[in-house]
Amino acid sequence: MFKYILRRIFFLIPVLLGVAFCVFTLLYITPGDPARMVLGDLATDEAIKEFRDREGLNDPFLIQFWNYISKAVFKGDIGRSYSTKRPVMTEIMTAFPYTLKLSAFAMIIAIIIGIPCGIISAIKQYSWFDTFTMIFAMIGLSMPVFWLGLLLILLFAVNLRWLPSSGFSTFKAMILPSVALAAQSVSMVTRMTRSSMLEVIRADYIRTARAKGQKESIVIGVHALRNALIPVVTLCGLQFGQLLSGAILTESIFAVPGVGRLMVNAIMSRDYPMVQGGVLFIAITFSVVNLLVDLLYAYIDPRIKADLK
Amino acid sequence: MQNENNKNNETEIIPELTRKHRSPFIEVFYRLSKSPLAMFGLFIILILIFCAVFAELVAPYSPIKQDLMHMFETPSASHWLGTDEFGRDILSRLIYGARVSLQVGFIAVGIALIIGGILGAVSGYYGGRLDNFIMRIMDVLLSIPQTLLAIAIVAALGPSLMNLMIAVGISAVPSYARIVRSSVLSIRNMEFIEAARSVGSSDLRIIFRHIIPNSMAPIIVQSTLGVASAILNAAGLSFIGLGIQPPNPEWGAMLSGGRQYIRDFPHMTLYPGLAIMFTILALNFLGDGLRDALDPKLRR
Repeated sequence: MFKYILRRIFFLIPVLLGVAFCVFTLLYITPGDPARMVLGDLATDEAIKEFRDREGLNDPFLIQFWNYISKAVFKGDIGRSYSTKRPVMTEIMTAFPYTLKLSAFAMIIAIIIGIPCGIISAIKQYSWFDTFTMIFAMIGLSMPVFWLGLLLILLFAVNLRWLPSSGFSTFKAMILPSVALAAQSVSMVTRMTRSSMLEVIRADYIRTARAKGQKESIVIGVHALRNALIPVVTLCGLQFGQLLSGAILTESIFAVPGVGRLMVNAIMSRDYPMVQGGVLFIAITFSVVNLLVDLLYAYIDPRIKADLK
Repeated sequence: MQNENNKNNETEIIPELTRKHRSPFIEVFYRLSKSPLAMFGLFIILILIFCAVFAELVAPYSPIKQDLMHMFETPSASHWLGTDEFGRDILSRLIYGARVSLQVGFIAVGIALIIGGILGAVSGYYGGRLDNFIMRIMDVLLSIPQTLLAIAIVAALGPSLMNLMIAVGISAVPSYARIVRSSVLSIRNMEFIEAARSVGSSDLRIIFRHIIPNSMAPIIVQSTLGVASAILNAAGLSFIGLGIQPPNPEWGAMLSGGRQYIRDFPHMTLYPGLAIMFTILALNFLGDGLRDALDPKLRR
């Protein structure tokens, strides 16, 4: 198991270097002079030249990339924002707790609603509950998060005035963005729990448990659920990674000061170091969460653990 | 008695024979037609395609012509879905918007399919170092969430319809490459490929004439669902101002334009959202139906 973990971490390094290279190249080929963007249109040619020399913008592409990577790895420095002039890492670290909190709330909502609905749907297959749950799950998957967000604002903030329409400072303010972000995950968790349960409750060992006269609640709650939840746990982990990185639209709608909103603002103001750092940070987070999910999967599924040994 | 038995046997055999003589396309459509949800999805998609193609005939007004005498009108007999802040007819903008959304969806998936399909087929067919190299690049792209990758690409290229399609298409390349690769891996050692090789077919011919056509089932399903996610992604990009630019009608941009008036004129955000949702829902139903219809395990 330890060897497997080490190997997975080792394979992560070239992937992250590749991400850094892609993002760096993408922004390198983007039209527009960074020096002109920082100093403004009124800057003199001397000032522009001095800035380009100081920031190494006249160096060849590969040298620039190497400087970027070495600074990032050895000093944790991924550049300085053009608009706020603060280090990109500081900006991201200020925003990240909001994104983390928002994603965690959304995931909790997805688990609390998705797993019980999926279980009941599977047990009562083809019942009205199952039909409605599956229709709602499909609608949840098809509903754009930015539209759902606006509808929630319209209903709960504008018409009913129960909840605030923006911000993320109080518990009340967290409800709407979390629900909007959770909608797709709720649908996915419900569908996955249902299909996984359906597969498990037809297995031989469940029939055996029933034949032994075991109570239905124990058959479902202990024997079936434990095995059915293995793929659901994996999905939840992957979804959490997606939520951490995919909260861009939700954060924009509800004015949550997270990494997603930071990214959108950076793109709008053409703040390239911020875009570069933000994409790299999100890709690292996404990869690390996926790695943890794989390890968790290997840990909770005895068959995989046995294979690894 | 024997005659009767023979007759029964014939009636059992004849439908079987006629079923076997159907072309694969008709066979799949026959199975698809048994799913009401998939047929509902197909029906909605056909209506949308009709609206997109014949938008000039179907739309009652111009999608960009402003009419400042009729701003913010709620739904009425003359404007079925009301008008926006410039007095433009929302129904007409939705109909023309279908053209843009479907165009983005299909072309983005086309881009992803061509690039991802070729990379996946080459990777799976040749294997070894080339496979390793291509798949590591795909791993890199997969580790950047699709929406974020599309945002980064469109931010670098600049907001326009073409760049939007390229961005959404490229961000979907890795998933197609993976699917095609796994399909190719499952059939590359089959006897008919061996036979093609032994009669001297070139690698290119084997890939394009034998391997890709035989691994179409998962690709068709992924493409249908891919159009849905491309439309959703494109609408999201337009919503944050990185997609289609005003005054062109696009559902995501219409939603974004209507959000500041949501308090007083919610119809401006309601209908574009419904249009996106029903399109995605229809494509998801169709994709699910196709998955079942193309699944050899479910064939009787």
